[in-house]
Parts: sequence; structure tokens; C-alpha cells
Amino acid sequence: MTEPLDPDALRAIAKQVRVHCLRSVGRAGAGHIGGPLSAAEILVALYFRILRIRPEEPDWPDRDRFILSKGHSSIALYATMALRGYFPVEELATFDAMGSRLQGHPDMTRLPGLDMSTGSLGMGLSVGLGMALGARLRGGRERVYVLLGDGECQEGEVWEAAFTASRYGLSNLIAIVDANGLQQYGWPGDAPGERQGPWPPGALVGQWSAFGWRVIEADGHDVPGLISALESAARPSGAPVVVIARTTKGHGVSFIDGRYEWHARVPTDDEVERALEELDAAS
Amino acid sequence: MQRPDARPDAVRSQREAYGATLCDIADEEPRLLVLDGDLANSTKADIFAERHPSRFIQMGIAEQNLVAVAAGLATEGFIPVVNTFASFIAYRALDQVRVVVAQPRLNVKLAGSYSGLLTGRTGKTHQCFDDLAIMRNLPGMVVLAPADDVETAGALRAAVEHVGPVYIRLTRDPAARLKGSAGRFQIGPAIPLRAGRDATLFSTGQQTVRSLEAARLLAERDISIAVVHLPTLKPFDVTTVVDALSLTPLAVTAEEHAVTGGLGGLIAETLTDRRPMPLLRLGIDDTWGESAPNEALLERHGLDAAQMAKAIEAFVRLHRQPISPSRQEGA
Repeated sequence: MTEPLDPDALRAIAKQVRVHCLRSVGRAGAGHIGGPLSAAEILVALYFRILRIRPEEPDWPDRDRFILSKGHSSIALYATMALRGYFPVEELATFDAMGSRLQGHPDMTRLPGLDMSTGSLGMGLSVGLGMALGARLRGGRERVYVLLGDGECQEGEVWEAAFTASRYGLSNLIAIVDANGLQQYGWPGDAPGERQGPWPPGALVGQWSAFGWRVIEADGHDVPGLISALESAARPSGAPVVVIARTTKGHGVSFIDGRYEWHARVPTDDEVERALEELDAAS
Repeated sequence: MQRPDARPDAVRSQREAYGATLCDIADEEPRLLVLDGDLANSTKADIFAERHPSRFIQMGIAEQNLVAVAAGLATEGFIPVVNTFASFIAYRALDQVRVVVAQPRLNVKLAGSYSGLLTGRTGKTHQCFDDLAIMRNLPGMVVLAPADDVETAGALRAAVEHVGPVYIRLTRDPAARLKGSAGRFQIGPAIPLRAGRDATLFSTGQQTVRSLEAARLLAERDISIAVVHLPTLKPFDVTTVVDALSLTPLAVTAEEHAVTGGLGGLIAETLTDRRPMPLLRLGIDDTWGESAPNEALLERHGLDAAQMAKAIEAFVRLHRQPISPSRQEGA
């Protein structure tokens, strides 16, 4: 891309990502919906504005690395990559099918452009730390971005990596937490059918700060705000940086938004149509 | 090729050979890095840390992170050696080994030190005798278990030269060197060490020196045991093993490892598929470890040469054809 896309164009792409997520999961009869919908703007901001990448040369050595540590949101990543030109959009129809390069959880041995295979939560930040150390050892200028879920941040390994990254002062490592406030089932809330968030209010910011990370908070559905947070995150500061992106799980579709039951529920054909109508009406 | 200094009484620990060989490899292989889980002065990777400080990366006491960081470095073109105890690779960080090392087939070397029973009296948590079973069930993982210091050096070189994930099982204490142990190591081949008529004894890792000694004791009692050493559990040399099985009516396995899933499991699977025959599996039998002196532990689990010989003799005599009355009269 020669000209950076403006926020309206990026919002339109994020809408397309949501459309592809709903259609692909509905068609496959399997997959996750809530997490992919919460991550749409984050992925679009990264792939269309922030990451230094060459979709036509996915193994370009100097590219920025990206790891989807919350691997269950794979369909949102695939949709973003397809729209960015890594592979034809039509291939999204193979999501989760036998022999597909678009596995339920990302498989780097199948799809060029994936920098790591993920699926078991909590591993991506450690891998990113390895890549960031590798870049430093090689004298490379690339940055390493890792997208985690807020539920995923309950995994102990995340904090093993957080401790070690800050100990090495790796400012080329940038974590983004898709803080959508829900996890698969979680703790019961006060009212029937309500759930508590994965973390008590304010706890995530405190925890990352305590581990020596520079913390930037952003609205994870506000494209210009996200871009500015991610640009600020990329400025070397001697410490690793985390962008805590406040999102809602299932964002953009009223009957999915904020409902934990939609973590991995498959929409019916009718629900897909209703969701697409809502997305159209909103744009 | 026999090394000039190869002699059965030489004693150097596998961990010392490991630390020294890491240094030698690093002189020729610029991509080599050593990642430590804060055990370098136990595993002897500290020899490397002193010689190549910029290529030694301390990862602290956090083994899940340690393994996954190695995966990230491997994608950047480095050859990371993960330096910790076998227990912490095979148990604690197994999911990381599975998902970010083995499944993406990354070029990570997992050096599991302090494997088996003999771990300096550390006991149940640190002894690791399921690692071969666990690692050989991971598709694409190469699994090595050298017999002595010389074979450790060769196996480590071969592991680094191999492109892809490798688990190498290492031991703590000085032990006798396998006679004729070769410095040049090839991943794969099983190595017949001794011919015999009554049974074939398959052995791996540091147990093989004791297996050879057991075979020698049995020869004094007119029992003839063939010995085959398997320093590679995976890829498995099925041809050599099946050929060996065709030469004797009985099979025995011996390992400083559980009798299930490791070499005993592998040979049981193979002979069931290819050449059914009675099998005696010597090793650790469905129990946890404990801290005790080495000799006591080997005796407790029947893995010292004398106990092995006793068990194998009983097994051979049980399965020998009954002697016919005419032969008895003629005798």
C-alpha cells in the first residue's frame, strides 16, 4: 500500500472481517465467534497500518512478526490476512475443513504468513520473547507483536514471559491484550446469567505495570485511537510495552455482544443473516 | 571408529561431556545458543556459559517460558539448546514441547539432564523415568539416549546437525564407558554389541554398560545373551531389531526407565507386530522414585548387573525346552 488507509476505510475493512468471521464459522458449523469479533479492529489496525510486512513475500526476513497467542480467534486473523492479500478471500470458505490451510487454531506449517502455531493459551508471549531476543542478537530492526486475550492472561506462563522480557528490557516486544471482559465460562456474577470479567477492575493494568511493562490503554474498537496507541508502543523505551485494548466480546452484533455463551457457539443460518443485516445497518 | 582413549574403566559423566561438547560445537556452529533454566551449574552448561557468555541466555526458573522462547529463537534461525532437567522438559513443559516445538517441527534441542534414577539423591520429583515414553510419542521428535560420555558427545553433535526437534536424555554421575564407544554418532541405528543364542537383550542409555556386564555374568553360567544397544529410540531401527529377534527365541529389555512406554514398550510393540516371542522387561515397575544412594536404587529396581543376570537366568530357564528323557539317560 502506498497511501495509508484512512479510519473510515479501516472501519470498513473491520466490518468485512466480521462478515467473513460470521459466514465462515456458520458455514463450517464450528469455530469461535466472540473473540474474533472483539479482535477485528486490532487485527485490521496491525495488518493495514502498523506491521511492516510484505503479503507477497510472507517470509521476508525483516518483516515485523505477529503471533496470535489467543489462537482460537484464528478466523479473524485469516479474514484479515485474506483481505490484506496473503491469500484469496475465497479460501476462507475452507476454514476448518479437511486439508485446509486455515486450521481451527493457526498452524504455521500449513499457511505461509503465520509466524507461529498457537492454540494452547499462554505460549505466544514466550515465543515472541524468543523472537525479540533473536532480533536483538542478529541486530535486526523488526518488532514482535503478540495478541493475547484477557482470559489468557490467567495462564502462568504469560507472567513467566512478562518477567523475563522486562528483565531483558526488550522494547521490540509489544503485547496487545484484547481485553473483552469475558472468558469461556468464568466466574458467576451477581445476577443470574451474568459473569464476572477475567480480572477485577484495574487489575490487568496493575499487573503488567508491576512486571515492569510500559502500559498503554486504548479503546480496542476505535481505529484511530488504536493506531495512535500502537504507534506510541513502537517507540523504543528500554522496556517491553503492552497495549490493553478495551473491547467487548462479540462486538458489532447485538445478540452476541457481551454474552459469554457466544465464545464458541455456532450461529445458525438465520442468525448469520440477522448479524449481517445489523452490520450493514451500522455502516 | 574407536577412539584411542576408549577403555571400559574410563569414568566421566555425561553432563561433563555435554558441557565440554557444547563449547566445541559452538566454535564451529555460530547459530548455537544455550538457554538455561537456572541449572547450568548442575548440568555443566556452566562450562559453556564461561566460554561463550554472549551465547548463553539465562531464562530463570520458568521452564514453560524457557521451551517456548527456544521455539521463537528457532524461527529466527538460531539453534537453541534448552538446558534443564529431564523432569522439567518431559513433565512441566510438555505442552510447550508439543505445541510450539514438535507440532511446528522447529529446530530446538531439548537436553534433559538428570534423567533416570541416579540424580544425586534428589528423589521422586527430580528422577525422571517416563521421558522416553513421553518424547517418543511426539510425532517428528528425535529421541536419543547415549550410553556414556563419548556417545553423549557424538549424540549432541548429531542432534545439533539434525534439522528439527531433538530430545537427548543425559545422566548426572560418572559411569563406566562402553567398550569401543564411538565418537562418531549416527541418529537411528541400533548397535549389536554382542552375539548370543538364548535371548537378545535390548538396552538403552547408561543402562547398556550394566547390560553388557550382566551378559558377561550369564556367560559364566552357560547362558548366552546377545546385546543390542539403542542410543536412538526414535527414529526406531526396526530392521536391526527384527533381525536380532530372528536369531534368539527370547527377548529382554533393560533401561533406567519405566518398563512401560520406553524401550520395553517399543520392543513389546515391535515383536507383537513382527515376531511374537516371550519378553522380559527390566526397568522401573509402576512406582515413584525415592532418594537413596545409586547402588541401592539400582538394586531396588533390579537394574544392577547381578540382579539383571539373576532375572534373565530365571526367564531363560523357564522358557527352555524341557529336556527329553532319552537325553537325560544319555547324559
